[in-house]
Amino acid sequence: MAVNAQTGARPVRAGRRIRLPNWLGTTPFLAYVAIFLLLPTGIIVVDAFKTPTGGLNLASLKVLFESAERSYFTGSLELCLISSVLGAVLGATLAYAIASGNPDGTVRRLYIAVSGVLAQFGGVTLAFAFVVLIGPVGLLIHASWFYDFPWGIAVIYTYFQVPLMVLVFLPAIDGVKAQWREASDSLGASTWQYWRYVGGPLLAPAFFGAALLLFANALSAFATIVAWENQIAYIVPQQIYVAINSEVGLSNVNQADVLALGMIIMVAILMTCYALLQRRAARWLR
Amino acid sequence: MSKLIAAAKKEGTLNVIALPPTWANYGTIISTFEKKYGIKINSANPDGSSQDEVNAVKQENGTAAAPDVLDIGMSVALVNTSLFAPYEVSTWSDIPAAQKASNGVWVQDYGGYMSIGYSSKFGTITSVSQLLGPKFKGAVALNGNPTEANAALNGVMMASLANGGSASSIAKGVSFFQQLKAKGNFDSVQATGATIKAGTTPVVFNWDYLNLPSYVGVSNWKVFIPSNAVLGGYYAQAINKNAPHPAAARLWEEFLYSQAADGGQNLWLEGGARPVEQQAMASNGSINSGAAAKLPPVSGTPVFLSESQATNAATYLSANWAKAVS
Repeated sequence: MAVNAQTGARPVRAGRRIRLPNWLGTTPFLAYVAIFLLLPTGIIVVDAFKTPTGGLNLASLKVLFESAERSYFTGSLELCLISSVLGAVLGATLAYAIASGNPDGTVRRLYIAVSGVLAQFGGVTLAFAFVVLIGPVGLLIHASWFYDFPWGIAVIYTYFQVPLMVLVFLPAIDGVKAQWREASDSLGASTWQYWRYVGGPLLAPAFFGAALLLFANALSAFATIVAWENQIAYIVPQQIYVAINSEVGLSNVNQADVLALGMIIMVAILMTCYALLQRRAARWLR
Repeated sequence: MSKLIAAAKKEGTLNVIALPPTWANYGTIISTFEKKYGIKINSANPDGSSQDEVNAVKQENGTAAAPDVLDIGMSVALVNTSLFAPYEVSTWSDIPAAQKASNGVWVQDYGGYMSIGYSSKFGTITSVSQLLGPKFKGAVALNGNPTEANAALNGVMMASLANGGSASSIAKGVSFFQQLKAKGNFDSVQATGATIKAGTTPVVFNWDYLNLPSYVGVSNWKVFIPSNAVLGGYYAQAINKNAPHPAAARLWEEFLYSQAADGGQNLWLEGGARPVEQQAMASNGSINSGAAAKLPPVSGTPVFLSESQATNAATYLSANWAKAVS
C-alpha cells in the first residue's frame, strides 16, 4: 500500500478499512491449543492435588515416590532410552546412507515415502504383526526373548523409531555441505578427523534433538505395549489405564492423575531440552 | 404399559453405552427395539468397560447425552447404587431373589459360566490341569488383565476353584497361572476374536457366551466348563436416576426382561448368554428351546462370587498378579 502511494501507480481508494488486529489470525490455533492441550493439562494438574474429599493438598503426590509407582517410571525410562538410542543410531546411519546417494534417485524417494508411512505404523496392528511373526506361536520363529521387558518391546518400538529418525535427521545431513568435506580433505584431514572436528560437532545438536524426539515418541506410545503385554503394567501409561478402567474395584482416578502429572513433567523437561538443541542445530542449517 | 410406550415414543431416543453389537446378541436386540417402538438408540462407546459407564453417568450428568441405562458388572454396580433409579419390570417375580436388589436399583440380566474355549486341534480337554502339558506351549490366554477386567479375574478364580481353592481365596488360581507362565504355556496378550482367528491364542479362559464357536467365528472351536469349577457371573441392568429419557429407559428394561419370542430374554439366549429368567421360562414354555440346547453343558454346583469375595480377589491380584506372571 505504501509503495503504491509513493509511486502513485494505482490510487488507493480512500475509504474506511476495518483494521483487524494482527493476533486475530492465530486465534483458531490458540483456541485449539487451549481446548485440547492446556485445559486437559490444567485439569490433570489440579486433580492430581485433590484429595478424595475435595480439598487440595500435596499428600497425593507422595505416591510418585512409592516403590510400585517408581517402577512404572523406571520402566518408561528404560524402554524410551533403549528404543530411542536404537532408533537414533540405526536411523541416523540409514539417513546418512540415503543422503550420500543420488538426491533425485528412486531409492531416496522410496525410502522417504516408506519412512513416512512406517513412522506412523504403531499400536495394535504393529504389536499384532510381531506376535504373529515371532511370538510364542509365531509363524517365523518363536523368539524366547519376545516377552522380555524392555528388550522385546523395544525391538517392536524400533520399528517405528527408525523411520521417524530418518525423517527428522535427513534434513540435517542434507544441510552438511560437500564443500566442508572438500575443504577438510584439501587441508589434509583424515576421515576420522573430519568427523571428529567438523561433521560430528555440526550434526551433534540435530542428532541429540532428534533422539529426544524419539524418546518422547516412545514415552506416549500406549496401544502397542498393551497389545504386546496385557498382564503386567511395566510403564506409566499402562498403569494409568488400569487406574482409570479397572472394573474389579481397583480403579483409582487420583493415582491416574498423579501418574499423568509425572509424565507431563517428564515431557516438559524433554521438550525444553529439545528446543535448546534445536536452536543450536538451526544455526548451521540455514 | 401402553402409557409407558406412549411416553417413551414421545421422548423418541434412548442412550445406551458399552454394548458391543457382537456381544450377547446386542446388535439384534438394539435393532429389534428400534423397529418395534420407533425409538432411536444412541450407542456410545460400545467397547467400554463397566467403569467407563459409571464415569460417563457422572461426567455427563444433566446433559442430553448422558447414558439412560447401564449394562454393568456386579462389582461396579454394587458400589454405585446411589446413581441408579429403582425399577421393577413386569416379569419381576420370575427373577430369582438372589439376582436382584430387593428395591430394584439393579437387576441381573444375563450371564454365563467361566469356560475354556480351545481349538479342536488339541483333542478334548477334560481338566484345567491338562493345560500345564507341553503341547499347550504359548497357547493359553485370558480375556484381559485380571486387575482390570472382570472376565479375566473370574478366569483366574475358575483356575483357583479347579485347583482346590475356594471362592474366598484366589491364591491357588494365581499360582496356577504362575506355573503356566513358568512352563511357557501362558500367553500374556489379551485374547480377542482377532487373536483367536489368527490362531495366536488357541486356548482362552472366558465367559461361555464369549467362547462359543459362533461368537469367535472359528468353526473348529470347542468349549469346556470344568465340573469342579462352575463359576457363574451375571451382568446387571440399572437405570440412571437422572436419565435424560426416563420413559424410554424403563421401556427398554421391559423389553429386555420380556419373555416374548422377540423379547430381550430370548434374544440374549440366541446370543449364547443365559438370561436371568431362564428357569421360569423353561417351566412356562416361553423359552426358545433350540437356542437353549446349543449352550455348553454344565454339571456341578455353580459358584457365584459375593461382593466381599470379589473384592478380596481383586486386592490379592493387585499385590500378587504381576509378580506371578512376570
